[in-house]
Amino acid sequence: MKAWFKEGEHWVWFSAASVSISVVLVLGLLSMISVRGLVHFWPHEVYDYQLKTDDGQFEQIVGELHDTKLKEFKNQQTGVIEKIPQFLMKVGNRDIYGIDFRWINTTDIIGRQDRLDDDVTVIERFEYGNVYGHLQAIIQNGEIIAEQEQVLPMMQQLVSASQKLYQQINRIEKVTLGGINYQLEQLRLDQKKFEAEGRLNAEVQATLDQQRAELNAQFKEQQSILTGLYSEFNQLGEVTLRLAGGQVIHVPFKSIVRFWLPNNMTMTDKLGFFFNSMGHFLLGDPREANTEGGVFPAIVGTINMVILMAIFVTPMGVIAAVYMSEYAKEGMVLKIVRISINNLAGVPSIVFGIFGLGFFVYIIGGSIDEMFYEYALPSPTFGTPALLWASLTMALLTLPVVIVSTQEGLSRIPTALREGGLALGATQSETIMKIVLPMSMPAIMTGLILAVARAAGEVAPLMLVGVVKLAPELPIDFNAPFIHLDRKFMHLGFHIYDVGFQSPNVEASQPLVYATSLLLVVIIVSLNLGAITIRNRLREKYKALDN
Amino acid sequence: MDQQTQKALDQAFKGPRFERRIKRRNLVDKSWASSISIGGVGVIFSVLLIMFFLVYVVAPLFASAKVEVRGDYALPGASQGQTLFYGMDEYKETAMRITDQGDLIGFEVKDGSLLNQNQLPLNGATITSFAKVNEKEKILAFGLSDGRLLLAKYGYEVGYPNNVRTIYPELSYPFGEDGLELADQPITQVAARVNDSQLVLVYQLAGQDGVEIRQYDKVESMLSEEVALEEYDRGQIAYSGALDWVKLGGYMRNLYLVSKSGLAQYYDISKAGLPELLQTVHLVPEGKEITSLNFLLGEYSLMVGTDDGRILQWFPVRDQQNEFSLQPIRSFDVKGDVVNFVGIEHGRKGFVTLDDANQLNLFHSTAERNLASVQFSSPLRYAEVASRGNGALVETAAGQIYVLDIDNEHPDVSFSSLWGKVWYEGYGSPEYIWQSSSASTDFEPKFSMVPLTFGTIKAAFYAMLFAVPIAVMAAIYTAFFMEGKARQSVKPAIELIEALPTVILGFLAGLWLAPYMETHLAGFFAILLVLPIGILLFGFSWSKLPEPIRLLVPTGQRALLMLPVVILLGWFALSMSGPIEHAFFNGDMRHWLTFNAGIDFDQRNALVIGFAMGFALIPTIFSVSEDAIYNVPSYLVNGSLALGASGWQTLVGVVLPTASPGIFSAIMLGFGRGIGETMIVLMASGNTPLMDASLFQGMRTLSANLAVEMPEAEVYSSHYRVLFLSGLILFIFTFVLNTLAEVVRERMRRKYGSL
Repeated sequence: MKAWFKEGEHWVWFSAASVSISVVLVLGLLSMISVRGLVHFWPHEVYDYQLKTDDGQFEQIVGELHDTKLKEFKNQQTGVIEKIPQFLMKVGNRDIYGIDFRWINTTDIIGRQDRLDDDVTVIERFEYGNVYGHLQAIIQNGEIIAEQEQVLPMMQQLVSASQKLYQQINRIEKVTLGGINYQLEQLRLDQKKFEAEGRLNAEVQATLDQQRAELNAQFKEQQSILTGLYSEFNQLGEVTLRLAGGQVIHVPFKSIVRFWLPNNMTMTDKLGFFFNSMGHFLLGDPREANTEGGVFPAIVGTINMVILMAIFVTPMGVIAAVYMSEYAKEGMVLKIVRISINNLAGVPSIVFGIFGLGFFVYIIGGSIDEMFYEYALPSPTFGTPALLWASLTMALLTLPVVIVSTQEGLSRIPTALREGGLALGATQSETIMKIVLPMSMPAIMTGLILAVARAAGEVAPLMLVGVVKLAPELPIDFNAPFIHLDRKFMHLGFHIYDVGFQSPNVEASQPLVYATSLLLVVIIVSLNLGAITIRNRLREKYKALDN
Repeated sequence: MDQQTQKALDQAFKGPRFERRIKRRNLVDKSWASSISIGGVGVIFSVLLIMFFLVYVVAPLFASAKVEVRGDYALPGASQGQTLFYGMDEYKETAMRITDQGDLIGFEVKDGSLLNQNQLPLNGATITSFAKVNEKEKILAFGLSDGRLLLAKYGYEVGYPNNVRTIYPELSYPFGEDGLELADQPITQVAARVNDSQLVLVYQLAGQDGVEIRQYDKVESMLSEEVALEEYDRGQIAYSGALDWVKLGGYMRNLYLVSKSGLAQYYDISKAGLPELLQTVHLVPEGKEITSLNFLLGEYSLMVGTDDGRILQWFPVRDQQNEFSLQPIRSFDVKGDVVNFVGIEHGRKGFVTLDDANQLNLFHSTAERNLASVQFSSPLRYAEVASRGNGALVETAAGQIYVLDIDNEHPDVSFSSLWGKVWYEGYGSPEYIWQSSSASTDFEPKFSMVPLTFGTIKAAFYAMLFAVPIAVMAAIYTAFFMEGKARQSVKPAIELIEALPTVILGFLAGLWLAPYMETHLAGFFAILLVLPIGILLFGFSWSKLPEPIRLLVPTGQRALLMLPVVILLGWFALSMSGPIEHAFFNGDMRHWLTFNAGIDFDQRNALVIGFAMGFALIPTIFSVSEDAIYNVPSYLVNGSLALGASGWQTLVGVVLPTASPGIFSAIMLGFGRGIGETMIVLMASGNTPLMDASLFQGMRTLSANLAVEMPEAEVYSSHYRVLFLSGLILFIFTFVLNTLAEVVRERMRRKYGSL
């Protein structure tokens, strides 16, 4: 034993265990996010429990089982603290019960703890969350048109009809009317601009008025179409369901997103539902203060910001790297600059955030407003957090990544190649542009991908320079100039922070946060893996060149 | 090469066209070189701009005030009579002066030209005493020689004589033009306070020793706007001797009766009928005299000017027995001997003094700053600071008014208020406090960097406590013992954590780990014990296994072998949580901590931060120290092994000393990252700016504070600049740490080069 310790064997075991701990933590974290994120899309079974509460009342609880925990109770008779297992049930029907989730004591359950509720129907609604109940009848214009077995097939028809109508209405409201509104707003600003410049004469006013009248006419026209669609929408009628406890709820078809019978599904149905939910999540708009629905605007916002950032950071990073490794003279100054840029990668991201807010938003944005958008003041155009400033801030934040990666790529290119180029009579710029840069393209790509991955995952600086919890409009749309640099936007990372911590209904929103986290992790891990693959290939390539 | 080709070549490389081409190419080359140089320098410069910008925003905090004499003119209007009161509108356009003759004189600030002149409705009486009642409501009280008390409200009205926009001062009488009839004798001293529902008067009548207290309810008439007063309570305080000042505090509770000799009696008059003497105290040292006395903004602190050139600040402090007593808080010195006058600022806790050396001094109380001194040539009598603190009127004894422009944006921040303990009003002792905003209006923001810096270091420290052992040990094993192939997959796997968005780690830490840890607290502490012992036992018993089995897993694959062991041990420790709590902590460790051990427990605490942020720091430390160990030349290792040292002995004796600078720089880098990490602490630390190193309490870090408060800070306010200062601190701190790490690594690289 002494010898074992003396040889330091125990330390070897400890160090081996440290590796295992790290790996277990990483894998555990990833699998936890994956499982919890994916479970969000899977149809939960709906249980049916009979409860006998302390005061002797019976109660029926129908809902999904979401979590379990041990809760301490003081036994009234003995005074001993006992731990009783509890179930977290999602009972839905928020408009009837007031809350979606409730904890129940398993000791109160009469009968089996795995009793499923047969033929229960779950309806996802645009407002007030899910409904859990049994289909009763379909009512149109006050008349019952389907009962019992006829309900299900008819409901399927009506729901798909309502979905189509919803899409039409949505398109008109968002795209067409949104476009007209945007143009009207532009006209208003034009008028203000003319006024401010003193060029507003009768002629100009007349053309403006004419344009406005045209737009208003269009608006009216679209609105009458919309009214028609809405009345059609309303005429779809409603479905009645019997809830646990015997109440009856009326659900109009226009408020139904989709419905399913979770306990009657086959594996194929469930898989279909799984991918359908994923689609809803990726392409849907958030609802109910972001706690339900999808994350489409956040995905669009993130991608928009990242692309814009890439456009800013690539030339800046490459030029700085080329300057430092090809043109600048080696010496103390360059060394200091190199260390500084290296260190900038370690400066906390929030510092970039306050720089972005203080410099880009207030100073640059404020001056732009004063110079070009004075007519719109005091409401700021660019002097407020916006997409442009967020991308610029992130470009600055990721600049060291691109510079360092590009420099590494440039330094890996054998000197012989450069000398060869020069010896054949090419100028230095020709050598760089035609030999060195194309060969270091993979390194630049690696840097760019790493920069994109970092920007997609950063939240702290974005909170200061342009991200909001709910943006009324996407930063990119069908109205010229199509990409709106002065708009605020949504972001996946901020979505996680906001929904997880600022939402009033924490339990209801948690599954969504896990799903969003999973999405973000998948994006970032795949970007990183891509960067690593490119880097490895690059190394192989130059190994061959060196020989 | 045949001749034709040669000829063609010669032609191609000669002649004007060739020359032009060469010229063009050289030009292109030169322009590329210069544009890339300009661009490169530009980018590098803009990167360095960040630091200069932070300094640029922070610098005005520490600038002293600039005071400029704008002009002077003789007292406008009737110059006879002593000044009782000056008022100035918000834009420094119009000023008003009220004299003890009952004159209201309105004049323009810039040149002193007369605007209007009114008389108070004195009805033949004279003014015998005067008090400011409510700064916000702009109400003044005049005690008259016929025993009446006149309450007047001043304000500014806009008029357009000759189509020029002019602002006039106006007086109105919310409690009637006749005033309150209190007695028949002249009122020689008065103090009054009014709020939404009550009016409290304290006065002394000529020839009387005592002080009278009257408490009224305000009754609003249903029909008219008039406010009637109904007496609610009255009382008396017997007082003998000279009474030079009667001062009533802002909450209608603290009454101070002060004489020139410095003797002060401190009464609680919250029940007017039963005034209670709390304390009798000498405000100035023996032999000195009080020459001026005024409340600071908020009517809580007494500023006492003395005849030995000092201004002492006193305010009531609550002691452990919940009793109040006046305490000396701090003092300020001026050049002259006698402080003739103390005037206050209307928006913050600053004040202005006039002394017999004809000097005006501008101070801020809590920041303990003397912001500016202005020397005048003649004796000074009265100074009034503009309501935004950006100007002042100074009246000389000779009847001249000086107009001052003051540039004094950030008097409330100083080195001592940022880094030292400050005794704020309402606190029992000097403390480090960060409290930047509040609901109440006369709130003083408190900017102490100490709790935030402390929280930052605390968070980073606990995270390092978790991360460093695991990361460094893992690096040692991966670099030194692990087989090449396994290493190539393990290293990226651990480095992957670095890429994970910290918002996800923060979310898990705040919403999953913190509640889980609260219920399994004992289990987490059990891990600390179970894991090392379990690993040790497992390792030892492994060495006792028969050789064929042992050889199945070489040293390089032990990590794989340990995977299930670690999982099992962790699971075992956590499932032991319940039994341990039952055995040692009466069933619940959390309760036990709070009630038996007296330790406060927050759900989001340093333990959670330690785990979550420690996890985020592992890859940084691991990656750099792994590189350092892996790059130790192999002949050193082989030499040691050949001499008979065991693997671990080689590591400790040869590899680690060589790689230690690298490991050191890895730890520096990790620390730097821990200092600046924002999202994890923002979401899992509770964000309360506490000064408590306890493992079970939260903290607020500099970075999380920036994320919380920056969006709400008013641009270019003191708060905004102080937040930038904390950004600058973070920047400098991480920059220094990283540079240190980089320099160490650089030196190590050079050393290896020579080996």
